[in-house]
Amino acid sequence: MDLKDLYRDVILDHNRQPRNFGPLENADAHADGHNPLCGDRLTVWVSLQGDRIADVHFEGKGCAISTASASLMTEAVKGKDTATVRRLYEQVHTLLTHPNTTPDASLGKLAALGGVSEFPARVKCATLCWHTLSAALDRSADAVTTE
Amino acid sequence: MNTAAAVAAPLDAERVRRDFPILAQQVNGHPLIYLDSAASGQRPNAVLRAVERYETHHHSNVHRGVHALSQTATEAFEGARERARRFLNARSRREIVFVRGTTEGINLVAQAFARPRFGPGDEILISGLEHHANIVPWQMVCEQTGCALKVAPIDRRGEVDLERLFGQLTARTRLVAVAHVSNALGTILPVERIVQAAHSCGALVLLDGAQAVPHTAIDVQALGCDFYAFSGHKLYGPTGIGVLFGREELLEEMPPWQGGGDMIRTVSFEKSTYNELPWKFEAGTPNISGAVGLAAAMDYLEGLGIEAVAAHEQRLLALATAELNRIPGLEIIGTAAHKAAVLSFTLRGCHPHDLGTILDSEGVAIRTGHHCAMPVMTFFDIPATARASFGCYNTEADVYALVAALGKAREVFG
Ligand SMILES: Cc1ncc(COP(=O)(O)O)c(C=O)c1O
Repeated sequence: MDLKDLYRDVILDHNRQPRNFGPLENADAHADGHNPLCGDRLTVWVSLQGDRIADVHFEGKGCAISTASASLMTEAVKGKDTATVRRLYEQVHTLLTHPNTTPDASLGKLAALGGVSEFPARVKCATLCWHTLSAALDRSADAVTTE
Repeated sequence: MNTAAAVAAPLDAERVRRDFPILAQQVNGHPLIYLDSAASGQRPNAVLRAVERYETHHHSNVHRGVHALSQTATEAFEGARERARRFLNARSRREIVFVRGTTEGINLVAQAFARPRFGPGDEILISGLEHHANIVPWQMVCEQTGCALKVAPIDRRGEVDLERLFGQLTARTRLVAVAHVSNALGTILPVERIVQAAHSCGALVLLDGAQAVPHTAIDVQALGCDFYAFSGHKLYGPTGIGVLFGREELLEEMPPWQGGGDMIRTVSFEKSTYNELPWKFEAGTPNISGAVGLAAAMDYLEGLGIEAVAAHEQRLLALATAELNRIPGLEIIGTAAHKAAVLSFTLRGCHPHDLGTILDSEGVAIRTGHHCAMPVMTFFDIPATARASFGCYNTEADVYALVAALGKAREVFG
């Protein structure tokens, strides 16, 4: 169990300076995520162009893993269609829960979360943002279908 | 602190430590530094052996058979009840109900005492620093009966505002339910004064003693409380066993809580009659080995001397408070004048959850989160705290290990 593997520079950097942080004007949907065990809370906003995520922001109070994971996620999913985003999350989930997996090149900077798999108690911190994004996307889909 | 503490021989924590085999292990390549006794204490050999002896030689069901083992098991179980009576200085064994823990004890009072009696216009008064176990059961009673829950606020130091609490005591107040010691902040509440004030308004008092029993000798007659609940596992005893003390007159009037074996005298399909106290409240086969272990834990703690343990922990608390206050960006949450050995804190720039992981990687076990006291976190406007708590086996070296590990956290998040 190596702390340096968990708190890699990319993680510390995104924790200190989260990207795409703060409410998104004219968002199509947003969702709140809460992890009552550790008190982490975050909100994810998305705006869509057809099936593509045109922009995504988040805001919240959480530990370094949850903040960095959300920040990295916003960078990774921008411009992607929802099916690709869901596949990406599956890959991230595998990375988070299987120690010693070699991250797929398509994960890009998200590979920095690989150290989390050594710390099972922290997996939930890293997945909160993805669940919240998924809820926001479901909501925007609802909004579209009810039109 | 009373004079007994001053004259008691100081605790030899290094020796005490050797009574706890679990502490002699490495965690993540470091010697384990266990600073989470407020969540659960560890068990000394005396408790482990008592449970093993019971399981190896004496186990059977209680109160049921004429065979030898059933009798020794019953003697062990009822002997543990007598031990608990002495521990609390209750008048009678009839006042000692074995439960799973503090949570179950409070729920028993909520459902068997409050629910049948309280109604619209009645009030239950708690404080702003309660554990969820002393909030939610009362909310359930309020929903069931239409009575109202009132909360006496705390101040920035984490002390209950006594003036406000006294002001909230009215003729409508039926029950005051407060912690003896706060698990999230360490605050020791002035429970004698609260009991007096409540009684003079005609209200009864339940004390949540979960965090008090490992640090304070309890005398329920001197306290004057009507109910007192605690858990064995915070007292260096097993999990799944605890005690609810209730004044005999009150327990006598209360209907049973759960139905089943052991709690009855006669059963027919038309009507059943109930057993006498305390068995009326103990439906089903109880946690016999747990009670045996709990009795051994009480022997162990009183053997060390609760005053000596408390004085030792107070020295550690003072040292840790001084050391932590020197760390830039560290804020201690809970600065009451009278505190048990519980130290909640936050470190600027480092979320408690990250702190917990970093300290764990150094072998230092602390608790992080809301400590089952979400309203306390809301009051201080923080999502969580890190909490170090000290028990009879902790040493000054443990405090310095904590300080060093916090230095490591500041390095990572510098
Ligand atoms: C003050 C307080 N009350 C109640 C409880 C609940 O105890 P248990 O979980 O053993 O029932 C705890 C334990 O964390 C506590 O600290």
